[in-house]
Amino acid sequence: MNTEKRLLRPDMMPHMLCPGCGHGIVFEAMLRVLDRRFATLDQVVFVAGIGCSSRIVGYIDAGTLHTTHGRPLTFATGLKMARPELTVIVVTGDGDGLSIGGNHLIHAARRNVDLTCLLFNNEVYGMTGGQAAPTTVRGAYTSTTPGGNRETPFDAARLAEAAGATFVARAQSYRPQLFEGILEQALDHRGFAFLEVLTDCTEYFGRTNRLGTGVDLLQSQSRAEPAIGVDLAARPTLRPVAETAVRPTLPMGVFHQSRRPTLAEALGVGGGGDELAR
Amino acid sequence: MSRARRLPEPTRPLPPAAPAGNGAHPTLTLVQGNEACARGALAAGCRFFAGYPISPSSEIAELMARELPGCGGVFLQMEDEMASLGAVLGASLGGARAMTATSGPGFSLMQEHLGYASLAEIPCVVVDVMRGGPSTGLPTLPAQGDVMQAQWGSHGDRAAVVLAPGGVAEMLELTRVAFELAERLRTPVVVLADEVIAHMREGMRLPDASQAPPPPRPGPAQPPGPAFAPYRPNAAGVAELPAFGRGYRFHVTGLMHDERGRPTSDPVVAAALLDRLERKVAPAVDLVPADTYRLADARVVLVAYGITARIARAAVDALRDQGVPAGLWRPRLLWPVPEQAMAQALAGAELVVVAEMNRGQWAREVDRVLGPGVPSAPCLKAGGSVITAEELTQHVLGARARTVAP
Ligand code: SF4
Repeated sequence: MNTEKRLLRPDMMPHMLCPGCGHGIVFEAMLRVLDRRFATLDQVVFVAGIGCSSRIVGYIDAGTLHTTHGRPLTFATGLKMARPELTVIVVTGDGDGLSIGGNHLIHAARRNVDLTCLLFNNEVYGMTGGQAAPTTVRGAYTSTTPGGNRETPFDAARLAEAAGATFVARAQSYRPQLFEGILEQALDHRGFAFLEVLTDCTEYFGRTNRLGTGVDLLQSQSRAEPAIGVDLAARPTLRPVAETAVRPTLPMGVFHQSRRPTLAEALGVGGGGDELAR
Repeated sequence: MSRARRLPEPTRPLPPAAPAGNGAHPTLTLVQGNEACARGALAAGCRFFAGYPISPSSEIAELMARELPGCGGVFLQMEDEMASLGAVLGASLGGARAMTATSGPGFSLMQEHLGYASLAEIPCVVVDVMRGGPSTGLPTLPAQGDVMQAQWGSHGDRAAVVLAPGGVAEMLELTRVAFELAERLRTPVVVLADEVIAHMREGMRLPDASQAPPPPRPGPAQPPGPAFAPYRPNAAGVAELPAFGRGYRFHVTGLMHDERGRPTSDPVVAAALLDRLERKVAPAVDLVPADTYRLADARVVLVAYGITARIARAAVDALRDQGVPAGLWRPRLLWPVPEQAMAQALAGAELVVVAEMNRGQWAREVDRVLGPGVPSAPCLKAGGSVITAEELTQHVLGARARTVAP
């Protein structure tokens, strides 16, 4: 396919995602958006942390910066101040962005750094072997919650909004078209655009909680959407709903959008016909 | 009028420094060590600073916050020291000359990003104004306890470049040198200062404020395109990464990588990379020669850096007054250890006394280089106060009485 040739780095293949991993669906949807929006990726820089989701930036033939665990937003902030004209897209995960990097997330949101922060939330640490994350739902089994998770997860979108993000949205891998539309809006937004995308770790979260295959997991996401839902309880491969840790019903879509000076505007850095600089 | 500013090309001249001169010395200005450091950075073309407040380094951030906006630069106060160095590395990858400044606890937090910058070959300058440690330790009393951390604080075998200024004027000069080294060797360079030098004031000549800053960082010799290999080293073994968004598309990672920047776990490739990173910083030992004082005919050689070297000069004078042929060898580069220069300077010494405000961090390096043949009696003091000239003099006299045959 031409899109793939244009946007991907063939010499980075094969990719390291497991079969059925939800990240692949999100990545493909991302590529469709990039293909539509950018004639060239010369002025686009992807900045990622550490984790399965963060690894995908290396597959994109743009400027790609695979940083340290939890800190991609700090690198992105410095890069954006040095080169305000670049489009900066941060790819992070729930462990990377909300646990080890949680402090940086709230401060990047507070500063309203003009970038898009795409947080892949699969409720688990995939790369390190399926440990609990700050997003793991109560009751879910992980390798570090052998009796089921007793802690309460973060609501990443509400956190980002409270911290000052000027665009806050949530999408899911179950509905790539919805995700594509929201990603377009996030990229259009001037300021800190936070987009959480619910995705699935089939290898660890799915297997440990006996939630079935990638397809089953995808369908489990649809519980939030009764119109397209499948009665998972009826499926023999799954445990009964009452005993199964599932995502609570989470709303999807754009929750918040506002306009206030970006960090660059506030500091008077960069030009580009901006009202604050006149 | 547009207030639009752009990094990274540092094209605008510096804003004027504090009014120059005083009655007695019209060309000298009374400058604090931390201020000298910031002035040196600005003169070296630093146009991005990200930091977190910490004593005794905060004056550097404060001065950068004041001066950078006036010369087209950006100052950011970040949420912590990891973020500070992360932002510095991001700005550097955008093409800006960038730095941060901190002290022990913050320097500890920066270790992961120092390792990242070394492996990914991102130039930057990190100033560590040492105070007493470990932990929160002794704010804000002097120490030289971060010497080993500056080399080994990050996990893995990191090739570090660490400078040790010996006075206020050298805070400026070595900060400038740190930028030169960082840009040339494409690596993080640490300026390891101590609280006394950072807070001391001395008369010095400030650089000409109207002087044009150095030209932007040169890009790679290779053209952009599918064959571009960002980590293919030049003749000096240095990978010259371009800035992002300047026609090159490439991957930067903290994973071991090949010349294309692709992650690899091939042990041969990884070992060769570590080897190259160590070889490429080796020229630093010739670029930052040590300083000496009354060394030519010395038989008793004091080795000291930072404020301790200043004190050691007084001790050398006192010892000479008492007929002891003493001299001082003052390294200005602590890492990589200038082994050859050290061995040459200290050859023939009948006694070597390393004086430092820690429990023997660099003395061990000196002993390692000299071997057991040369009697060595380090004068060590940790706990938050300087070694006085009198203490050092007495220490040398005592050690000499024990080790040198009459
Ligand atoms: S471990 Fe989980 S998140 Fe990581 S690639 Fe495999 S399925 Fe995806």
